[in-house]
Amino acid sequence: MGRPLPLASTLLQDESTDAAPQGSLLAFFQRMGDSSWSTGLHESRYAYDLIESVHVWALCLFFGLAVMFDFRLLGWTMKSVPVSEVARRLLPWTAVGFVVMVISGTLLFSAIPLRSYQNIFFRAKMIMLLLAGLNVWIFHSGVYRRVTTWDVDNVTPKAARVAGALSLVLWVCIVLSGRMIAYNWFDCDRQPQPAIVNLLTSCVPTQAEH
Amino acid sequence: MSLLTFFQWCEASGIGETIRKSSWLFPVIEAIHLLGLGVIGGAVLVVDLRLLGLGLRRQSTAQLTRDAQPWLVGSLILMIITGGLLFLSEAIKCYYHDAFWFKMSCLFLAIVFTFTIQRKVTMSEETRLSPVWSKVVAVVSVLLWAGVGIGGRWIGFS
Repeated sequence: MGRPLPLASTLLQDESTDAAPQGSLLAFFQRMGDSSWSTGLHESRYAYDLIESVHVWALCLFFGLAVMFDFRLLGWTMKSVPVSEVARRLLPWTAVGFVVMVISGTLLFSAIPLRSYQNIFFRAKMIMLLLAGLNVWIFHSGVYRRVTTWDVDNVTPKAARVAGALSLVLWVCIVLSGRMIAYNWFDCDRQPQPAIVNLLTSCVPTQAEH
Repeated sequence: MSLLTFFQWCEASGIGETIRKSSWLFPVIEAIHLLGLGVIGGAVLVVDLRLLGLGLRRQSTAQLTRDAQPWLVGSLILMIITGGLLFLSEAIKCYYHDAFWFKMSCLFLAIVFTFTIQRKVTMSEETRLSPVWSKVVAVVSVLLWAGVGIGGRWIGFS
């Protein structure tokens, strides 16, 4: 499921890169997509499905425990457990899950690089991943440094609740957009698209595609 | 009425038809289904990691089970509703797909196990709990829920 037809994407790659300047990301991902590694993974009978399954299982570990931590920051669960305790005992597991997600995600990307790069949901997901990382950094270098002063407070500080809520919203949207990468509604080889879509996906539709 | 007739009736239902005809309904419902999976994963793991001695340690298992309970039940309900909708749109495919029956078996066992045996173990007094027994319970729980997830993912591959 979710794999676009190789033929269609090959067609698209040829057309797109005609317009792509040498050394551009577009040209880079085009070359990556032409590699034997990429086509092998793309056309494999089991490897792609297996990696995608690993990506989903790791989601339970990473997303599941990350949102439990967010829920704790928001005071929605485990209120009797100190925040620092939840962080110390559960966040290492989210780190493990995250590493597996990044590795499996990178492999999935390498199987379909150009199409993913030009996919609007993939782009949204990457931007939100950066924002989520920024949120983690702000939380840990800010209010979490003083965690001993509010560890067991009935209501966590506002900064902690904001961080928890932001994290929750971002990760939910990341999962949703990740799932939507599989659908080709806004793909470059499906024209005509509104100009804004082509702008956001760096798509230069050729005459032939209209 | 045979089981197949029932599945055919599900597939022909108005809801199934509506979801099949729409290009975005199935993806959106499925994405929500996936979010529910993540939350169930978290709620199950908090308790199972505690039983395995790999997660939170200072709190009683009984307390953590009570804390995780609303999220487990809530996301389970969300998954059953969204899963039911997805099922209505492709009931016949499910009928002939091994993965569907594997998933439903795991789901049935996981629910029964979680709310009977595991509940009894986690709610019993900590001192009376043998460490080996609680670890076995945690492993069985993780395996059963993983089976549900694996079966679900497998329905999508055909």
